[in-house]
Amino acid sequence: MTDCYVYDALRTPRGRGRPDGALHEVSPLELATTVLAAVRDRNALDTGLVDDVILGCVEPVGEQGADIARIAALNADYAETAAGVQINRFCASGLEAINMAAAKVMAGQSDVVVAGGVESMSRVPMGASGGAWFVDPAIAFKSYFAPQGIGADLIATKHGYTRTDVDAYAVESQRRAAAAWGEGRFAKSIVPVADALGLTLLERDEHMRPDTTMQALGALAPSFAKIGEDMGFDAVAQLRYPEVEAIEHVHHAGNSSGIVDGAAAVLLGTREAGTAMGLKPRARIRSFASIGSEPCIMLTGPVAASEKVLKRAGMTTADVDLYELNEAFASVVLFYRDALGLDPATLNVNGGAIAMGHPLGATGAMVFGTLLDELERRGLGTGLVTLCVGAGMGTATVIERL
Amino acid sequence: MTGVTLEAGSGSVMLRIGDDGIAEIVWDLPGRSVNVLNPESLAAFAAAVDRVLGDPAIRGAIVTSAKSGFIAGADHAWLSALAAGATAPELLETVMGVQTLFRRIEKASKPFVAALNGTARAGGFELALACHYRIGVDDANARVGLPEATVGLMPGAGGSQRYLRMLGVMAAMPLLLEGRLLAPGDALKAGLIDAAVPPGELLAAARRWIGAAKPDALVKRWDKPGFVPPGVDPRTAQGANAFAAAHALQRKRSQGNYPALDAIQQVVYQGWVVPLDVALKLEAKYFVKILRTPVARAMMRTHFISLPRANKLARRPVDVAERGIAKIGVLGAGMMGAGIAHVTAAAGIAVVLIDRDQALAARGKDHTQRQCQAAVEKRRLTPAEADRVLGRITPTADYAALAGCDLVIEAVFEDRALKADVTGQAEAVLGADAVFASNTSTLPISGLAAAARRPERFIGLHFFSPVERMPLVEIIRGRQTGAAALARAMDFVRRIGKTPIVVNDTRGFYTSRVFATYIDEGVLMLAAGIAPALIENAGRSAGMPVAPLALCDEVSLELIHKVNRQTAVDLGPAFRETAATRLIARMVEREGRIGKRAGRGFYDYPAEGRKRLWPDLAGLAGARVPSPPIADLKERLLAIQALEAARCVEEGVIEDAGDADIGAVLGWGFAPWTGGPLSYIDMVGPAAFVAACERLAARHGERFVPSAWLKARGEQGDLFHPMIATKAS
Repeated sequence: MTDCYVYDALRTPRGRGRPDGALHEVSPLELATTVLAAVRDRNALDTGLVDDVILGCVEPVGEQGADIARIAALNADYAETAAGVQINRFCASGLEAINMAAAKVMAGQSDVVVAGGVESMSRVPMGASGGAWFVDPAIAFKSYFAPQGIGADLIATKHGYTRTDVDAYAVESQRRAAAAWGEGRFAKSIVPVADALGLTLLERDEHMRPDTTMQALGALAPSFAKIGEDMGFDAVAQLRYPEVEAIEHVHHAGNSSGIVDGAAAVLLGTREAGTAMGLKPRARIRSFASIGSEPCIMLTGPVAASEKVLKRAGMTTADVDLYELNEAFASVVLFYRDALGLDPATLNVNGGAIAMGHPLGATGAMVFGTLLDELERRGLGTGLVTLCVGAGMGTATVIERL
Repeated sequence: MTGVTLEAGSGSVMLRIGDDGIAEIVWDLPGRSVNVLNPESLAAFAAAVDRVLGDPAIRGAIVTSAKSGFIAGADHAWLSALAAGATAPELLETVMGVQTLFRRIEKASKPFVAALNGTARAGGFELALACHYRIGVDDANARVGLPEATVGLMPGAGGSQRYLRMLGVMAAMPLLLEGRLLAPGDALKAGLIDAAVPPGELLAAARRWIGAAKPDALVKRWDKPGFVPPGVDPRTAQGANAFAAAHALQRKRSQGNYPALDAIQQVVYQGWVVPLDVALKLEAKYFVKILRTPVARAMMRTHFISLPRANKLARRPVDVAERGIAKIGVLGAGMMGAGIAHVTAAAGIAVVLIDRDQALAARGKDHTQRQCQAAVEKRRLTPAEADRVLGRITPTADYAALAGCDLVIEAVFEDRALKADVTGQAEAVLGADAVFASNTSTLPISGLAAAARRPERFIGLHFFSPVERMPLVEIIRGRQTGAAALARAMDFVRRIGKTPIVVNDTRGFYTSRVFATYIDEGVLMLAAGIAPALIENAGRSAGMPVAPLALCDEVSLELIHKVNRQTAVDLGPAFRETAATRLIARMVEREGRIGKRAGRGFYDYPAEGRKRLWPDLAGLAGARVPSPPIADLKERLLAIQALEAARCVEEGVIEDAGDADIGAVLGWGFAPWTGGPLSYIDMVGPAAFVAACERLAARHGERFVPSAWLKARGEQGDLFHPMIATKAS
């Protein structure tokens, strides 16, 4: 089997996903174009070598519809021979794009693929693409559908994570993100976003609140108590988890991932293609997997995905130096940490989506880049990146520096 | 005006053609008090529609009824026979036949007006929905709507789709899921009818509308190009949220036990997306599917057969002539006595309300005063009506006032000596013909009757609390109770608008005895180390209105403990301590946790926020066992009640399977989706139920051991409610 190598990874800063966010004036097409152009320009990439552009996007309608990957490649002036496909694995779409790209390369059917993702949550809001999952009663009932926040609160309830636990994690995420930015740990991968005049709109993640304290978080009201209790979703979750007396609603805006805009791109290819591009590989893809897990609690998938991906790589957790798990909600990370018995000092060392935000389709590619940069900075070898996924899934990838 | 009685359909529908060219299609099924949809009436109606459409001299038609109501819906017997005897394709053809007929009206180029002279329900209202205009009457007692969901069914003649298109999802969904019926005024506000007029002006109003109807008024909104239903679109984010929440709320209420509710949501969702004619087909298919479910068939039996039978006093002794009840006495003006006095006075019967002194008796009457005042405020009662109700209640401490009472109901404390005393005082002034009833819920009637001078006229009338809201009265026949007393008691119960069931005298009678097994089983689960939250969720998810441990707190652990101790005294050596009686004793005696009113029981009741299970509860049980699947617990909680109900039948405590079912559903809210405990056994299957009991007995103890009688029934496949088997589709 052909090995797949990582040649570059970069991302835009994440803009607050609201009309007053810095990137609200930027179309998702421009966001995707920005990272595709950047990956070409800083690698002097001959886009005639690119077989495919795979972009994750979770709300692929409106401005993000009609195969934004192909459209963005054209807009970025890639060679017209570079195909494009948009994929959707919900929150892991960006990582799934990388994994699919790697699969094409490893199968010997592609030589160079640009993978990544884009999401302008301020312009194409969550839920814009509709779907049968929660609307069609047939599957809503069968899957005991409850919104993700209920799943996150259910994880906390079942595993005994208190409001203090999840808030403490959020404060630490903010602290780590601030420290990472302070030390310039993201500098290598950030591509500032410019406006039509070429003036910089955003060069730093906009969502962070480095001065967050336990006291400040303690003042926030839980976000999912109302929908859980008044709209019946708690009861639905209890039908699936009848051992739970009552769901403790511990999550709120301060310990959940932020709604932001952004895009990311990763350049992957064979060793030979690297030679042809004149690039030195930064890492090798060791293994990847996506798994299905119980859809009502929804967010526990990273554990099984990680176990599977480690098994495929012939590794155990002892072989992994650093972990990146998307901070969808604080309880997701605490549960993952405890289920795998991880040292907190190896997990999300530069903070995550609680501090910096979670641009759905792009996040997987962003945290992939964060892991690679940090392995390099620390001179470590192996990293595991994973995300929890809607409807009960998990996606994970193991990378190894060369 | 020329009248034509259509030959088709045994004269169910009359067609009258006026000189103005307006036809009146008058529903009037022979030999029935209400109109129903059945093959005959539908054929007659179809013939009338044909005539209206085919006769160029006819300009339009008014559909109305010669009964006091409009049309009550499909003939229950026909529906039940179809459910049991028709194949799915046969059923679909029948249902589509009705849909097509209604759609012909809707698409006609001549106006059809529904003149709703009274209540129009289910298929009857669906017919009206297909008409071009609906006029109701200003009658506070009339109702219109689609109540199918309340009997485990869903609309099948276009109702769900026309509601959706007329009202939008958010307004239609609750009406359909709750099967809500609306008074004409409310229906007008909701947009389900177009006008409401005084009854005398109904036909004139219909004629006027037909006379003025423009062609555009004959094309329904949904038959015009570019139509979208009002309200949210499930394909938008906002619509998706609304749908998702509607689904979750339904599940919260139903716990997933009612297939019809799922199907209603399915056709509302899909119906939004597709045009009406496709949506109607979908509705028909889901209707057929639901009609054939065991849940619908069980609920239909209980509501359409068992309940009306009980309400019609099917078990009343036939050889006793009905004698009016003009005046009753109520002994004891506490909560139960006051409630009984109120519902009796509201039914137009004079009440002498007696207590130890005038002040106590007056306090009992104050209850009615408060209830009437609230009803006046809500405009359910006029001030004059309220005054009349209150005027019927005479509070007094003087037993002499009981002279001339047709019936006296004793509702004093559960104390034999006290009961004997008031019985004697009452009998001293009562005529030889008067019936004496005790509202005891625990003391055997035959024992109380021993203190009476005329035990043949002594009977039990077990009311449930709160009296105003609870529809059931359990009538207990003592060993010596005579037919006259039974007949009078049943007549009385009907007169006050409640449903009677008749049981024979044993400890706990029927309802309390069976109900107690539910509570007991929950406590035994707790004592066996099963996680309290799982027990509670199992109770709710089995379809019981209140979880077992929560119910113990409501009843009060102290009271349960007291009853256990009293039973121990009464039964002597026959009484058996169980893990449940020991656990209750410990809660009350050692932990001081006596129930909800004290704020400390199986739950804690914080001043703010919801009650939470007492954290130390698990410690009482000793070793915690691994959690069994919730399905096992649900089965236990239902099976123990069903088994006890079957024992009541075996022992002759209750003689009628229908009474056993409605007594359970109306009396303590036994999982309505099953139709009742005996329907539950039939649903499981007689042999499978016996096998389940044997399995449960092996695992959980001899309380589950089925009797030889029940085993024999299982072997023979005897159903409590014999019925025709479903034809395979």
